[in-house]
Amino acid sequence: MTPRQRLVLFAVAVTGLVGCYLWAFSGLPGFGNYPGPYGQAILAHAITQTHATGVVSAINFEYRGFDTVGEEFILFTAAAGMSVVLRRLRNERKDPPEQLEAAAARDVPRTSPAVRGVALLLVAPTVVLGWWLGTHAQTNPSGGFQGGVVLATAFMLVYLSGDLRTARRLRTETVVDAAEAIGAGGFAAVGVTAVALGFPYLYNFLPLGKIPGSVSSSGTIALISLLVGIEVAAAFVAIIGELLEQSLIVRQPTPAPPSQPQPASPPQPEGTD
Amino acid sequence: MQIFPFLVVAWIVAVGLYGLVTSRDLIHQIVCLIVVQSSTYVLLLGVGYVTGGIAPYFSDISPHTKPVVDPVVQALALTDVVVEAAVTALLLAFAIQAYKRFGTLDPHELAELKG
Repeated sequence: MTPRQRLVLFAVAVTGLVGCYLWAFSGLPGFGNYPGPYGQAILAHAITQTHATGVVSAINFEYRGFDTVGEEFILFTAAAGMSVVLRRLRNERKDPPEQLEAAAARDVPRTSPAVRGVALLLVAPTVVLGWWLGTHAQTNPSGGFQGGVVLATAFMLVYLSGDLRTARRLRTETVVDAAEAIGAGGFAAVGVTAVALGFPYLYNFLPLGKIPGSVSSSGTIALISLLVGIEVAAAFVAIIGELLEQSLIVRQPTPAPPSQPQPASPPQPEGTD
Repeated sequence: MQIFPFLVVAWIVAVGLYGLVTSRDLIHQIVCLIVVQSSTYVLLLGVGYVTGGIAPYFSDISPHTKPVVDPVVQALALTDVVVEAAVTALLLAFAIQAYKRFGTLDPHELAELKG
C-alpha cells in the first residue's frame, strides 16, 4: 500500500470515527452539567466518613481502593515485564558487532556544567517534595502516585548531575526490588488485615484522627498512599534504570558476561545523554 | 450547550491517529499513542466538570458551600495516567528490542521483515 493510499484510507476512517464520536456526544449532558450521582454522594459523606479533605485521595485509596490495588499491580507488572523483555535480549548477545561499534563511536555531547549543577541542587528538594506529596494524600491534591513519580525524578537528577555509574550505585537492585515488594505487598496486606479483623477487604480500620485533613488523619488512606508512593518510586526507578542500562549495553564494545552486572564496563563519557 | 472541550478531545484523537498512521519511527509512534491516550484525560475531566465548580479539596474551604466538580472522574484520570506510564514503558522496551534485532525503527521496514 502506498503512503498516499494509506492516507486516503485513514482520512475516510477518521472522518467516520470523529463523526460517530460527535454523534455519541450529542446524547451526553452538556459540558458543565454532569449529572453523575456517585461523585455527589461521595462528596456529601467523604469527609465525615474518612476524615480526608482530599476527596480524590479518599476515592482512590478507600471507596475505589480495590481498583487502585489493581492499578498499582499494573505498574508493578509493567516494571517486571520490562525487565523480562530487556533481560532476555541482554543474555542473547546477538547484536551485530558493527552496530555496537557504531553505537560506541557515537559522538555524545557532554552535559553542560549548568545542567549538572542545577540537577545536583534539585536532588534534595525533589526528595523532600516527593516525600511530602506521598504523605499528604489525605490533605490536599497530592498522593502516593504523584509523590512516587517525583521521588523517581530525584533518581533521574542524580543521573543528570553525574553519570550512569553514580545513578547505578543508587539503583541497587535489591533495594529497588525490596521497595517494590513492600509497596505492592503492603497495599494488599492492608486489605487482608482488614479482613482478618472481620471487616471487608480494604476497610479503613485505623483510627481516623480528630481533625479532618491533618496529616495524622484518615487512617488507612494515609498509610496506603505512603505504600503506593514507595511502590511507584521503585517501579519508575526500575523502569528508567532499565532503559538507561540499555544505553550502557549498546555502547559497550565488548559485551560483558550476561550474569555479571557489568563491573568491567568502560568508563562512560560523563553525563551521557 | 458547550461542546468545545469535546471537540478538543476529538481533535486530539484524530491528530494522534494521524501521527500513528504516518509515522516512520517506532518511538515517534509511541509518542503518538500517548497523544491519543491523553485525549481521555480531557474527556474524563470535561465530562465531570460542573459549571462554576471548584476542585474537590476541602482543606481550606468548608464542604457544601460551593459547587464541586465530580471527584470520581478525577480519580479515574489518575488511574489513566498510571496505565499510560506502564504501557509506554513496555512499548519502549519492545521498541528497543525491535531495534536491536532488526536494526531499524521504521515500521514499514519492520513490516517487510518476517514476524
